[in-house]
Amino acid sequence: MSFKIPQAVVKEEPAVTPELAREHGLTDEEYERIMQILGRVPNYTELGIFSVMWSEHCSYKNSILLLKTLPRSGGRLLVAAGEENAGLVDIGDGLAVAFKIESHNHPSAVEPYQGAATGVGGILRDIFSMGARPIAVLNSLRFGPLTDQRVQYLFKGVVKGIADYGNSFGVPTVAGEVYFDESYRGNPLVNAMAVGIVEHGGVAKATAKGKGNSVMIVGSSTGRDGIHGATFASEEISEKSESRRPSVQVGDPFTEKLLLEATLEAIKTGYVVGVQDMGAAGITCSTSEMSAKGNAGMSVDLSKVPLREDGMTAYEILLSESQERMLFIVEKGHEEDVNKIFKKWDLHAEMIGTVEGDAEIRVNVGRTCVAQVPPDPLVLGGGAPVYRREQKRPDYVEKLRAKKADGFEEAKNLAEELLQMVARPNIASKRWVFEQYDSMVRTNSVTTDDADAAVVRIKGTTKALAVKTDCNGRFVYLNPYLGTQIAVAESARNVVCTGATPVAITNCLNFGNPYDPEIYWQFAEAIRGMGDACRTLGTPVTGGNVSFYNEHPEGAVYPTPVIGMLGVLDDVSLALNARFKEPGDVVLEIGENFDEIGGTEYQAFRTGEPCGEIPRLDWQREMRVQRVVLQLASKRLLRSAHDVSDGGLLTCLAESLIAAGGSLGLKLESDAFGAGRRDLAAFGESQSRIVVSCKSGDEPVVRQVLAKNGQTFKRLGIVDGSGMLRIGENQAIGISALRNAFEGSIERVMASSTVGGGGS
Amino acid sequence: MSRVRFGVVVFPGSNCDHDAHYVAGDVMGQEARFIWHKEGSIGDVDVVILPGGFSYGDYLRCGAIARFSPVMKDVVRFANAGGRVIGICNGFQVLTEAGLLPGVLLRNESLRFICRSVHLRVENARTDFTNACRAGDVLEIPIAHGEGNYFADADTIHRLEDRNRIVFRYCEPDGTISAAANPNGSISNIAGIINEGGNVLGMMPHPERAADPALGHTDGRKVFDSILRAVLHDEAPAAILSDRS
Repeated sequence: MSFKIPQAVVKEEPAVTPELAREHGLTDEEYERIMQILGRVPNYTELGIFSVMWSEHCSYKNSILLLKTLPRSGGRLLVAAGEENAGLVDIGDGLAVAFKIESHNHPSAVEPYQGAATGVGGILRDIFSMGARPIAVLNSLRFGPLTDQRVQYLFKGVVKGIADYGNSFGVPTVAGEVYFDESYRGNPLVNAMAVGIVEHGGVAKATAKGKGNSVMIVGSSTGRDGIHGATFASEEISEKSESRRPSVQVGDPFTEKLLLEATLEAIKTGYVVGVQDMGAAGITCSTSEMSAKGNAGMSVDLSKVPLREDGMTAYEILLSESQERMLFIVEKGHEEDVNKIFKKWDLHAEMIGTVEGDAEIRVNVGRTCVAQVPPDPLVLGGGAPVYRREQKRPDYVEKLRAKKADGFEEAKNLAEELLQMVARPNIASKRWVFEQYDSMVRTNSVTTDDADAAVVRIKGTTKALAVKTDCNGRFVYLNPYLGTQIAVAESARNVVCTGATPVAITNCLNFGNPYDPEIYWQFAEAIRGMGDACRTLGTPVTGGNVSFYNEHPEGAVYPTPVIGMLGVLDDVSLALNARFKEPGDVVLEIGENFDEIGGTEYQAFRTGEPCGEIPRLDWQREMRVQRVVLQLASKRLLRSAHDVSDGGLLTCLAESLIAAGGSLGLKLESDAFGAGRRDLAAFGESQSRIVVSCKSGDEPVVRQVLAKNGQTFKRLGIVDGSGMLRIGENQAIGISALRNAFEGSIERVMASSTVGGGGS
Repeated sequence: MSRVRFGVVVFPGSNCDHDAHYVAGDVMGQEARFIWHKEGSIGDVDVVILPGGFSYGDYLRCGAIARFSPVMKDVVRFANAGGRVIGICNGFQVLTEAGLLPGVLLRNESLRFICRSVHLRVENARTDFTNACRAGDVLEIPIAHGEGNYFADADTIHRLEDRNRIVFRYCEPDGTISAAANPNGSISNIAGIINEGGNVLGMMPHPERAADPALGHTDGRKVFDSILRAVLHDEAPAAILSDRS
């Protein structure tokens, strides 16, 4: 048997017709426009190029106008949103942080293991293609109810996919969120965020410049996997989706790890002019976007691309989404310098073409020209279509919001309610998930599971980053404008609870079909809320990702604009976590409780339906709370800080006690829940509240600082060694019982689950 | 006083190489260098660290390909000549594949990757890797592996026990050895073993992850303290293999 090197072939292609264009997801108007741009009918390969570049996934055609209203510069931003593969934020000491979040919802819905794994791989490449070394990843996951077997299958596969990829690659997975709700049953959300560090001078740009410079493809070989993945991401999930399984790429974290080391080493040589990750739309997207950015063109010969399979056509090679590949532009004459590095890491680095002076991309297979297109009209910000969609406020909004949020009977036994609340999968410990992730590799993780945000130190400095993702889809569903503001505020508050200052966000906007005016209204309102929130906080939006078409036959997911917040802590020794520390410490609630229950976890527990008004957000109050907690933290006056969020005040206290191990306890002051309905006060989710603890000796100073800032607060009690949470005179519950319910809830479901999760 | 020279072998897919280098060099203040797996020689070093990670992606049996890396020939030579070698996690797997330590590391009983802090009881404090501890000490050190379930046939286990070659066992915080404290199903709760010569240690837990005060836990530092003490104070590996007392 002889081994034959796979070759590209030129085959006779189907004739392009308006029907074929429609099958490629292009509208008649878009097809007309392609003919205008080219001055002729496109051939089959060119049709493939346009269809994938003008897909929602690559072109942001239905979102870009609104995204442009977000604050995208200022503060510590070094690169405005959308300019590079990921946002870049200055953190001093000559260092910058590259960070971004991205969705991999559709692939994960049909092939959870590979879908999630390649989601992590893709976002990591976005970071290290800029020359930054990834130091942390996070993920934000949404599934249907965990009682559903299909959901267990998805949950298992997604978590294992994320774990296997990140663990092998060698980046710690430091934080995340997992929610379960009916609305995500048919269409889970899998968002992955990566954070990297780069020296200012070492940033690589995603551009093609310098006529005569070489175009090199590096990393893995190209196969038939993932063809039209971007197009798949731009349609709704249906029964047909199962047949899209071959559109899902297959991940190889080992190769990605080698690609990381080789890429960073190659960039250091100074001979690399530009780098872009090959994610969606593979070679097509990287060649056209880099050319457009550099005001240049390219000629490439696909017969030089290392292939996995014999007989691949230009169409297939251009649209392949094989993972672990990058496009490099290398200074002419230095190809061998780059090649040597890739050889050392046992990877391909093949020269496939050159940068041209005119704005044309010419694609050959050997001597045959198979496509010729101008880059600019293909890309976002160039000539790709841009649409303003119709908006309509959905009827459900008025109907649900008009309903009484607290139209259920008052629960008297709060201890009993708490025991059930902490076992709800949305609140319960996600240990089953996060213990599958290596959260410590690279030895920078200061806090991961016991703080509101993960704190990752930066070796060689005194600094640390605090990172967190956040979004309450129920809030956004009931009130997209306010709900999105809350997501921004809460993610900032989470970061503040570690002692860090919020500096910038990335976002992952998960919505339904943008052609539905009601969905588009949700989207527009969410963007408006995010813009207002970020302007107020001074945290610009560095970039992110829009994922539309998150629908299944029963409807759209809750609008879920996930916020990835980046905070900076100048002195890592100031980092705080949420654990109560010692008997005698004083527990204070900073902020004010308005007993708000609309859209909360407690309401879901009691009624099963989100309704009424969601908690208000007063930015003045929010900013004051954040400022004062940072001030206290910087003076080392606090021993713990924990944001009051899902499950409200009582859940928040339970979490701080459980995290302490079980031996500590707390007796609540009699007025801890005010004068109204006690269950609403205990579990309501009024915003802008942080529970802190301090040494009793520091209490007077803490009170003084709070008073000086005009900050409302309340003393809740004193930490004791009882191992009990005592609520009022005759209600008490052991921390070990709470802990058992909290820690065991998801574990028990998954231990008894018999479904597989894919993967090896 | 001269500094101890650590060589950290870098296989393709090693990912705790930097962590080991950082602890040896920056935290312990010793000399640390990377040794690329394609090199024919480990060079002039006092201690070789085979770090954690996923050498060659662990797509085959863990460590099964790494043992054929060019540098491994020299590592084996070094070990056979009495040189001190510590294999952590994937490094432990490589040592068993290379035949420097007996037994194998199977998939965790739960079939899941597990990353968490665990407690280890020091079973033998008279080794070059534990001389800064006392027998019975309990160390808190993290694990992070999918295949750390130590297994060997009954004869081998007997031999390890008879020769006091089981260095660490998973235990409760108070030192009790129990099934509940066993995170991965390892036979006899074995977390780390040493070779007959007392110069090659393999352990699944990551001492390099618990050595820097900035990250909270420092119990892992005792392993590095022990190595320094051994290298700086005597030349031959300690005679540790006296029968259990």
